[in-house]
Amino acid sequence: MLVLNTFANWNWVLITDKLILIGILFAVALGIAAYSTLAERKIAAFMQDRIGPDRAGFFGILQPIVDGVKSIMKEEIIPGRAHKFLFILGPCIFMTVALMTYAIIPWGKDLFINGKPFSLQLADLNVGILYSFAIVSLGVYGIMIGGWASNNKFSLLGAVRASTQMISYELAMGLSLIPIVMMASSLSLRDITEAQAGWNWNIFYQPLAFIIFFTCALAECNRTPFDLAETESELIGGYHTEYSSMKLALFLFGEYVNVFVSATIISILFLGGYHFPGMENLGLSPNWLSIVSICTLFAKIFFMIFVFMWIRWTIPRFRYDQLMKLGWQIFIPLCILNILATGLVMTLFTR
Amino acid sequence: MMQEIDYLVILLQLMLAVGFVVVVMLLTHLVGPKRKTKLKQENTEAGIKVVGNARLPFNIKYFVVAILFVLFDVEIIFLYPWAVNFKALGTTGFIEMIIFIATLLIGFFYIVKKGGLKWEK
Repeated sequence: MLVLNTFANWNWVLITDKLILIGILFAVALGIAAYSTLAERKIAAFMQDRIGPDRAGFFGILQPIVDGVKSIMKEEIIPGRAHKFLFILGPCIFMTVALMTYAIIPWGKDLFINGKPFSLQLADLNVGILYSFAIVSLGVYGIMIGGWASNNKFSLLGAVRASTQMISYELAMGLSLIPIVMMASSLSLRDITEAQAGWNWNIFYQPLAFIIFFTCALAECNRTPFDLAETESELIGGYHTEYSSMKLALFLFGEYVNVFVSATIISILFLGGYHFPGMENLGLSPNWLSIVSICTLFAKIFFMIFVFMWIRWTIPRFRYDQLMKLGWQIFIPLCILNILATGLVMTLFTR
Repeated sequence: MMQEIDYLVILLQLMLAVGFVVVVMLLTHLVGPKRKTKLKQENTEAGIKVVGNARLPFNIKYFVVAILFVLFDVEIIFLYPWAVNFKALGTTGFIEMIIFIATLLIGFFYIVKKGGLKWEK
């Protein structure tokens, strides 16, 4: 009965709005992830004094599309000794999880279409941050299942390394955000963004939390200097050594979706989200303000993606014991210290 | 009402994500060539003949870290409701949480001293 009532009470206009937004965001997320692959190769090329891909279209602009078509057309090889079902399931889980995380991001101020507000956020969950943590940690399953199912020593080692690294850095990641939650008194990403209007960006109040969160984001995405899961020199390809065609592409592409989502979450939590100083004083109409806010957020996201790539081609890889030591013995005590310091300052100075 | 819609949207997003993955996997399965040979389906082992099974016991350290993760993650989850209500709970709440964190730290230093996080021999 309750279910029927709920069904009858649905606001179908709102659901249609949300469906449109889901479609747009899906295209945007995949587009940005696809062009991140090109951007990475171009940035790598410029940093190493090369040209990079420039054959497919002007400036290599069609390269991601060509890569996508190529990986679909390739033969899929499943090793004879692998567990077939889990071998296919691994990359599927990884990609699905990567596409779930951005549902809670507020992309900008509300648009007004025919006088009605159109929220630029798929779901304003009151558990926002916890939702993203819950979904992000599911990515470990994709890697672990894929690596184990391959029945290959390199894959297994890569998968075990990757999952251990990801769960270790998740602790520091979770702890580093507690000062932010304390300051905003909410877990909803919309509330946290609204609390950072003007110059009140969290990066200025919590620089330590920013550094820790950023480093953990690098580790969660398995990016250099924490890409121990796929050290070419010792583990061939890590957990995706045995993968080919679209299954490999899903792993690699999912990583770029993760980079995009991480850059977005960093921008939302620390860089003021869609705010920039003086935004309210420009005297723009609400719709233009909304468009400017979207552009602001995306400028910040692109900058953060660029920093991710910049780091990849600048900093050498950690050793595994150094990685674990950094995550457990340095970041966790620092995070706790940061929480206590924030609590102390807030108790002493706000009332 | 709003909350119901929000979780419905998450469900729709999940359906889209799963749908995308399934379509792409089916497409590559149908489009790609299929020329299977015995040698091609061998596991990669850096060019030499595959020796034994890969599902061997591995270093216990990874398992220890996984157990410790579960312990600490639960404690971090306890910190979140406190952090949301930090302003409302006031000084008393802060002192109580210092006691909680101190207990957590005792456990943490026990692990460090016991060598539970030591990777190099």
